[in-house]
Amino acid sequence: MAFLDYSPAPESTSILNIKDRYGLFIDGKFQSSRGKTFATISPSTEKTITKVTEATAADVDKAVKAARVAYDKVWSRMPGAERAKYLFRIARIIQERSRELAVAETLDNGKPIKETRDVDIPLVAAWFFYYAGWADKLEYATGGATPTPHGVVGQVIPWNFPLMMLAWKIAPALAAGNTVVLKPAETTPLTALLFAEICQEAGLPNGVVNIITGAGAIGKALVEHRGIDKVAFTGSTGVGRQIARALAGRSTALTLELGGKGANIVFDDAAMDEAIEGIISGIFFNQGHVCCAGSRLLVQESVHDELVSRLTRRIETLRLGDPLDKNTDIGAINSKAQLNTITELANSGDAEGASRWSANCELPSKGFWFPPTVFTGVSASHRIAQEEIFGPVLSVLTFRTPDEAVEKANNTPYGLSAGVWTEKASRMLAIVDKLQAGVVWANTFNKFDPTSPFGGYQESGYGREGGVPGLLAYLKSTSPVQGVAK
Amino acid sequence: MSKRLEVMKTYKLYIGGKFPRSESGYTMPITSPLGEHLAHVAQASRKDARDAVSAARSAQSGWASATAYNRGQVLYRIAEMLEGRAEQFVQEIRQSEGLSARVARAQVDKAIDTWVWYAGWSDKHAQVVGGANPVAGPFFNLSVPEPSGVVVAFAPAAESGQSLLGLVETLAPIIVSGNAVVLLAHPSQPLPAMSFAEVLHSSDVPGGVVNILTGTREGMATWLAEHADVNALDLMGATELDWASLEQAAAQTLKRCLTPVRGVVGLSMNRISAFTEVKTVWHTKALG
Repeated sequence: MAFLDYSPAPESTSILNIKDRYGLFIDGKFQSSRGKTFATISPSTEKTITKVTEATAADVDKAVKAARVAYDKVWSRMPGAERAKYLFRIARIIQERSRELAVAETLDNGKPIKETRDVDIPLVAAWFFYYAGWADKLEYATGGATPTPHGVVGQVIPWNFPLMMLAWKIAPALAAGNTVVLKPAETTPLTALLFAEICQEAGLPNGVVNIITGAGAIGKALVEHRGIDKVAFTGSTGVGRQIARALAGRSTALTLELGGKGANIVFDDAAMDEAIEGIISGIFFNQGHVCCAGSRLLVQESVHDELVSRLTRRIETLRLGDPLDKNTDIGAINSKAQLNTITELANSGDAEGASRWSANCELPSKGFWFPPTVFTGVSASHRIAQEEIFGPVLSVLTFRTPDEAVEKANNTPYGLSAGVWTEKASRMLAIVDKLQAGVVWANTFNKFDPTSPFGGYQESGYGREGGVPGLLAYLKSTSPVQGVAK
Repeated sequence: MSKRLEVMKTYKLYIGGKFPRSESGYTMPITSPLGEHLAHVAQASRKDARDAVSAARSAQSGWASATAYNRGQVLYRIAEMLEGRAEQFVQEIRQSEGLSARVARAQVDKAIDTWVWYAGWSDKHAQVVGGANPVAGPFFNLSVPEPSGVVVAFAPAAESGQSLLGLVETLAPIIVSGNAVVLLAHPSQPLPAMSFAEVLHSSDVPGGVVNILTGTREGMATWLAEHADVNALDLMGATELDWASLEQAAAQTLKRCLTPVRGVVGLSMNRISAFTEVKTVWHTKALG
């Protein structure tokens, strides 16, 4: 153990009570299926955590039917105030079981316990609290028009923030009066199944929430199912395109939260220490498995050398390793497949002439790991400046003038997030106006809140999650307003 | 005294604030519902469509960065110009749709009032759909809607009473937030659309913010739906086309789409929101 190293401080897994296998959560019960089971593993150890069920097309039918019956018979008839109380109950149970959920999430996903404990799970509870209060106030969000839910919603979520993405999807959907069928990602089904138990504990009526597990094919079957009235998807731009194409011509409502290649713009007057912390949170939070990651650092030329040298020195102090250790900053890459993608894209950075720097940290022998990495000398046409890496890899580009910064920041088909670091508020606001990005963090990065809308421009998708726009995404917008011309 | 011979109008396209003929050299005869010849309109080609998208793109950021107050005034000015030319539109609607003077006049009145209704939204939409978000932390957090960018819109005419009104209901909510638009007039009733271009031209709307193309739409439609520099499609009026295929083509670049089955009908603020993006900015709060 070197100077300034910490003793291991692993969070205990004894709080968990995980079953050997999980069925599909349909109509309020865990049900068996004719489908196979598959293992969900811990990416930091490659050990099996539990076995879950691979849903079949028949199971999708069954889940959609259960959601429809629950919608018709129970949920759409229930007063908003009663729906609200169910959501408040769920929020409270999440708080009560928060440590257990944090440990389960870290185990299944590979992200550090300090993130699941301090960010993911608190936001999950906050999301349910926030939307719970909307359930009996919908007409205030629609400007007085009759709020009409879509009906049955099909939701497919990614593996990077498993329970948080579930909360972003389920809380507003139920508050608005819809029932849901949700499919968690293949590699991270665990907390969604624990959430199913929470629904049971809350006494949520059967069929209001249905959770089916499986791979991409079952997600496709769900979103294309004729019984679904609205689809909400978070994931890659490629899959988002396929969904948009499949639903063309249909009345099914659709919101998409897709990829990004966020620019983090640092001006020469920025508070350097804060900017460095923000750059690190922007790209290394959750191992860079973040659609809104600040994966392109745009630095004003005059401070480039100093910034990069201080940044790399700071990165050397990040601790990579056991995600359950309370002192771990960088956890495991979520899957072998994702590690391969990151490795391949990083190699393209070498091949195209950028220079790679990686933290000198020891990688555990088991599991999937990638060291925090910074590429300098990156040009706008490099793949590592254009394509979403979805890993702990930062591409550094430079600019001279604010106009050039904006031009480079917007030089991407995406438009999810951006960061601006400057002490000059007037410049910050002018830059914000010009950025093609749904969320801009000024002198901060990767902050989320249930009251704050989140979502992209252009090929980062459409629709918002969070705030009033996130609620309206679960209500029909066909509400003509009376005007003079009517 | 011999009867005076009327001077007939040549209908052309409206691109980038100019009235060019179609590059194709083709025109299309337009007849009344009774089959009388009314005029020839230009048959816009793909190249015209390309020019229109590029004019829209060039004009869009300037239009979006005009103040909301200014955009509202420009839109209101358009209503004033429309009112002044009401008689001309009554004539063209009567010819195009075979309606009585009274019914045609009612359509013009409704079109003007609709335009004024949307004009008033320019500096209010952001207040209604955006605002401060009370996040749990020391942050200033504000959401504002911004225009999606360049929108391609298909004017409707499936029902009667839409040759001017349908155009207005399509255009106004798109441009009021700061989008630029390439509008494909309905092939059967393009005359009011082209006269509307003259209204736009004599108001203060910058060239390129609205571009209007005439002729059959099949040839241009797919190409525009696929166009990488187009951000959104209003397909609500594209009912004579295979609009589902257009929506499918638009998925490649994830364009926002309103369609006949996934649209917003009537006078609605949601029609403005459909072509806007909510941007949220976070800023730290600190004393020192």
